[in-house]
Amino acid sequence: MIKNVLILGSGGIRVGQAGEFDYSGSQAIKAFKEEGLKTILVNPNIATVQTDKSMADEIYFVPLEIQYVTEIIIKDNIDAVALGFGGQTALNLGLELYNTGVLSKYNVKVLGSSIETINKTEDRGIFRDILQLHGIKTPISKLATTVNESVLYASDIGYPVMIRSGFSLGGLGSSRVGSEAELREKVSIALASAPQVLVEEYLTGWKEFEYEIIRDCEGNSLTICNMENLDPMGVHTGESIVVAPAQTINDYEHQMLRNISLKCAQFFNIIGECNIQFAINPLDGDYRVIEMNPRLSRSSALASKATGYPLAFIAAKLCLGYKLYELTNQVTKKTTAFFEPALDYIVVKIPRWDIHKLPQAERTIGTEMKSVGEAMGIGRTFAEGLQKAIAMLNIGASSLVDYPWQIANIRHEIEFATDRRIFALFEWFQSGGDIGEVHSISRIDYWFLTQIQEISLYFNYLTNNKLTSANLLKAKQLGFSDISLAKIKGITEEEIRKLRIGYGITPKIKQIDTLAGEFAAETNYLYLTYSAISNDVLPSKNNLCIIGSGPYSIGSSVEFDWCTVNLARQFRKNGKEVIIVNSNPETVSTDYDESDRLYFEPLVLERVRDILDFENVSGVSVSVGGQCANNLALPLFEAGYPILGTSPIDINRAENREIFSQLLNKDGVDQPRWIKANKLDDIHEFIHEVGLPVLIRPSYVLSGSAMKVVFNEEMLEKYLKEAFLISRDHPVVISEFIEDAKELEIDGVAYCGKIIIYSISEHIENAGVHSGDATIVFPPERLYLKTVLKSKSIADKIVKSLNITGPFNMQFLAQHNEIKVIECNIRASRSFPFISKVTGHDYMEITAQVLLNKPPLNSFNTLDTKFIGIKSPVFSYNRFKGSDPVAHVEMSSTGEVACIGYDLLETFYLSWLATGVKLSGKRILISIHDRFKERLLPLIIGLNNKGWNITATEGTHDFLVRHGIQSRCVFKVADKIEPNIERVIINKQVDLIINLPYNAFSASVDLDGFAIRRLAIDYHIPLITNFQLTEMLLESLYVCYGNKIGVRSYNEFLDEKAGV
Amino acid sequence: MDNFKTSTLVLENGDKFSGYSPLWQKTPTFGEVVFNTGVTGYEETLTDPSYSGQILVFTYPIIGNYGVSNGYRRESNKIHVRGVVCQNIYVAPYHYESTRTFLSWLKEEEAPVIIGIDTRALAKVIREFGVIGGVIIYDNNDIPNGFPKTMNINLVGQVTAQKPSLHGSGKYKIVLVDCGSKSNILRNLLKYDTTIKVVPYDYDYSQEEYDGVFLSNGPGDPKECVCTINILKKALGNSKPIYGICLGSQLMALAVGANTYKLKFGHRGQNQPCMDLISQRCYLTSQNHGYAVDESTLPSDWMVSYRNINDGTVAGIMHKTKPFCSVQFHPESSPGPHDTCHFFKQFMDDVEGSIK
Repeated sequence: MIKNVLILGSGGIRVGQAGEFDYSGSQAIKAFKEEGLKTILVNPNIATVQTDKSMADEIYFVPLEIQYVTEIIIKDNIDAVALGFGGQTALNLGLELYNTGVLSKYNVKVLGSSIETINKTEDRGIFRDILQLHGIKTPISKLATTVNESVLYASDIGYPVMIRSGFSLGGLGSSRVGSEAELREKVSIALASAPQVLVEEYLTGWKEFEYEIIRDCEGNSLTICNMENLDPMGVHTGESIVVAPAQTINDYEHQMLRNISLKCAQFFNIIGECNIQFAINPLDGDYRVIEMNPRLSRSSALASKATGYPLAFIAAKLCLGYKLYELTNQVTKKTTAFFEPALDYIVVKIPRWDIHKLPQAERTIGTEMKSVGEAMGIGRTFAEGLQKAIAMLNIGASSLVDYPWQIANIRHEIEFATDRRIFALFEWFQSGGDIGEVHSISRIDYWFLTQIQEISLYFNYLTNNKLTSANLLKAKQLGFSDISLAKIKGITEEEIRKLRIGYGITPKIKQIDTLAGEFAAETNYLYLTYSAISNDVLPSKNNLCIIGSGPYSIGSSVEFDWCTVNLARQFRKNGKEVIIVNSNPETVSTDYDESDRLYFEPLVLERVRDILDFENVSGVSVSVGGQCANNLALPLFEAGYPILGTSPIDINRAENREIFSQLLNKDGVDQPRWIKANKLDDIHEFIHEVGLPVLIRPSYVLSGSAMKVVFNEEMLEKYLKEAFLISRDHPVVISEFIEDAKELEIDGVAYCGKIIIYSISEHIENAGVHSGDATIVFPPERLYLKTVLKSKSIADKIVKSLNITGPFNMQFLAQHNEIKVIECNIRASRSFPFISKVTGHDYMEITAQVLLNKPPLNSFNTLDTKFIGIKSPVFSYNRFKGSDPVAHVEMSSTGEVACIGYDLLETFYLSWLATGVKLSGKRILISIHDRFKERLLPLIIGLNNKGWNITATEGTHDFLVRHGIQSRCVFKVADKIEPNIERVIINKQVDLIINLPYNAFSASVDLDGFAIRRLAIDYHIPLITNFQLTEMLLESLYVCYGNKIGVRSYNEFLDEKAGV
Repeated sequence: MDNFKTSTLVLENGDKFSGYSPLWQKTPTFGEVVFNTGVTGYEETLTDPSYSGQILVFTYPIIGNYGVSNGYRRESNKIHVRGVVCQNIYVAPYHYESTRTFLSWLKEEEAPVIIGIDTRALAKVIREFGVIGGVIIYDNNDIPNGFPKTMNINLVGQVTAQKPSLHGSGKYKIVLVDCGSKSNILRNLLKYDTTIKVVPYDYDYSQEEYDGVFLSNGPGDPKECVCTINILKKALGNSKPIYGICLGSQLMALAVGANTYKLKFGHRGQNQPCMDLISQRCYLTSQNHGYAVDESTLPSDWMVSYRNINDGTVAGIMHKTKPFCSVQFHPESSPGPHDTCHFFKQFMDDVEGSIK
């Protein structure tokens, strides 16, 4: 009998591995705990719900590395391990634990699908052979271990071919290859991170489908959901617009794919969950099995939310030996879990991309994942689901018809898909494009194209016809937003709303009940549609509404879902019924049991009002869902809805630069000088006054883009010319950019203008790195007490002036004990889960109390925590080909991890490792600007003395030699002289790369530096590009490298703190 | 919308659902209103003779996505439902098997349809009310006087084969009693070494030479098929294998003295879970039935072999010693999961076994 289960998490959020694993891990923990098992979780992703005290029994914030996990296995006497709930990271780690004999040595049972199963499905060669043995078709493919071998195979198969590398997450290292030269280049990169590459027949234009399968230990099995990609083969499923259920296959084809799915699950003896991707030839129905994942995945999260079937929860139970028929349908509570959901709606998922936030990154999408999140629209027509999903994306379009950006070459972006292909398709039809032609260049099925065309035709019809009741109803059934109709008619959104409601046209509320209404279900999972005449539910009572975070994006990630879930739990503890509105299928907040009612709907004014009107809500929280929710505060308030906490008028006072600036002046609080300018002259005058560099940003920001530090006049001109037209309507904000300043933050909760709890944390990187990309230390270790006190007193003043009730976050610059305020957000920040866990005080509990007018009476000491937490950003530069991996004023990290410890250097070192870097030896490549050389010298000498091997580029090498340090000199990429840095990196002759450009400007023009950084990313060698971070890392390597760092669980830290 | 006119589905309980219908539809259409929760398989479903006499509601809101085939996806030679109720119909299919659109097929077959209906709301009414009569009327016409009684009409008589026919030329002689058989039952039996004699529901095969009898599915109340039951009683007198599907299973029960009853709203869909009580294996099944076997009335030498694990109703019965076995679900699927197609193999094994 097993008594405990070790659950491996997925670590920091990165492209290809996002918040969906918080969902799957959290459900697994609930399922295991229900069986009386002790749950032990390893996951350094501190912003997740699963790492809450109330979830797993023991939590370890340590790197997902074999040495730490082994220690935990020994320490906690682990009986069993669950590998299927932490994505590819957990699966790979599980394989490593098995292969190194750890699992057998300590007698740890693998729950669910066996290691043998994982190995067979993950090894593409074995996988293909087994399927072929059973007469199941797979793409013609050959396994190559060398570049030359791959060239040979490719010429056999014929170009274009597809190359894939095994053991990867999100299709990294797989791509379409058109020529031998391209093949040679790509295979050599792929072989750098994987032992083998598969060369395959390229199934261009085939339709793509995915089936989610569950199977118990006795072989009872089901396909819970099938999905169809709008984008045919060639675009990764994670990058495709996806609909569920599949639309364009008939029952014969569906049953064929279903049969193969169940057979595959049987051949590989899947226990729990798996998914299979298929390609179908639209011309004759021929099929290929593309791949199979023996674990919960992003698609399974989507399938769970699309169907209401809790895949992860059920999979966890199956892992323990339950049979499907022994479990109940969690939605109906009456019927069995052995059933396949019948949908009576259509779901449309659209990925959320932020490629444009990374300078120079290629915008095309294809066989590798680049998207950072996704939104899911639910409707009773495809058009309704599609346009809802677009509104959910929060990229400036309220529907398909009002994308705010110009697409210069429509045809090109359709043929070579980019992140905005769907808008290009609409534009194609708007400009009279032919449907046959667009089909032939995109291979997108007519089923989708005709309906996009219908939206276009109806858009034109509405432009030329009156908005009668019938027309308006049809428009709403096709998913047109009130905003888009307002734009068409040249009136306001409010006027459309009045007209619509006057006609009696309102959306109706429908349940997602897994059985298409066949049985009465007690489900609280709801969506709204205009293709309906009646509501499935009555308004709830004594309710509060929480606006969630929407799709994950760079800058808004799992931390806001943590806030949403925890605030909901606290409200419910206080006897309130909680309504959550959210649009992101990768979340825990959209689990059926986290709220009393869940509306899976766009977080836009129109829809939130529809819900609030129906529910007659007594209070709305806009302060825990990040900026997206926060943006709704003022419009909801102005429309007369009761907002919880800080008055939206005061929220606006903090958001509006001018008003906030006046407020600071009145309070005698310093801030960097700034102006809002709509004339070039004003800009020049300002620069003359404060000097360069300056920080420049448009005041009208659609998708949070294009903030930049400008270092010289030339750059300024270029920026203004390229990015923006300055006008009265769209002025720019320019502010003084203070170099070499320390940055610190205060996160807190206040009640009626008085701080109840707060915490000050410091950034390791100096100002100039976005706070989301900074490494954060809490409590501060290297701040003057005076700085701390001053910042707190400023925060007191601002909180009072803005009469804040609820969560807030402030950011400060500190230089020579001078404190300047740079930002104040009257909402929970991304640090809230981190701060809550390190202080041991749940900031959402306190937030709930103040929002309910029941502030805690005790005081909180958060400066003396006994231990420290360090939070490190996680980047996904390897996914963004062409991007420069240097952190700058715009955020580019996709996630974060944090570790807890007693020692600064040790904790930093752990946190850095926890981001997923693999430091495989003691060989450093150093290439740094002159300004940093003297300052780093002692650290380099120290490491050199400890046996670290130094390689350096010419300038750095000369400097080191002058100071008596042995180093190997390598030449720049462009020099084409051996030993060349390119060879050194490709051949993995270094284990760590330090590249420090003078500043962000020099980084942008120094091609040699860029080449080094890009190579480091592409060949998976740890890279540091920030000076302060380098100092900290070299110091910690000197002290900690090679030491055994003891692991402690989160509870142990808390107990020691409490003196237990 | 130019080719459509307004129409209304009026239910027996007075509820009205307004929508629109093609212009060609003229006369009111009566039927028992039932719903099906399948997403795919509309072509198979509409041609399933078991739906004879019924107005079928698709709960999936978009029907017609992949068009209509040239005929080889059909379960009989025509559409059997009286009327079709949909939320939306897709009219531009692009599928290699498609030869016409869903709407044009309905017109060809003169099957009336009403579109634009909140089929989820309608399904909920049916779920709460139980089996309900309904009529599709046009352009605000008055509801015709009263609802015809659909309960006691001999629907099987309308859909059964007109005369016996022979199929295949294999070793084993199988009688397929056609009470409104889906074509896929015949196709499945022909996969084996068989000669199939398809006979009308009132054809007395009991004195003929055969190796096995297969009772098909069919519409309506099993108790209407008195002649079929009487013939079956005779056949049960010897120990040649007799298998049945759906209505065939109910007939088997009645023939051995058990009772059947009308379910509140029946099972119609492709996701009905059933457990094989002997192996404890679960299968997902396609179902379409409004009546069920009353377990408590089964004779002592019979047992329940399959159970619907959603509501516990009988999903299959078998004789404890003889090769008599029948299931309430559709192992021939089409549409629906193929999980139970081994039922045909089991039948053929019994046929082979009984000869040895």
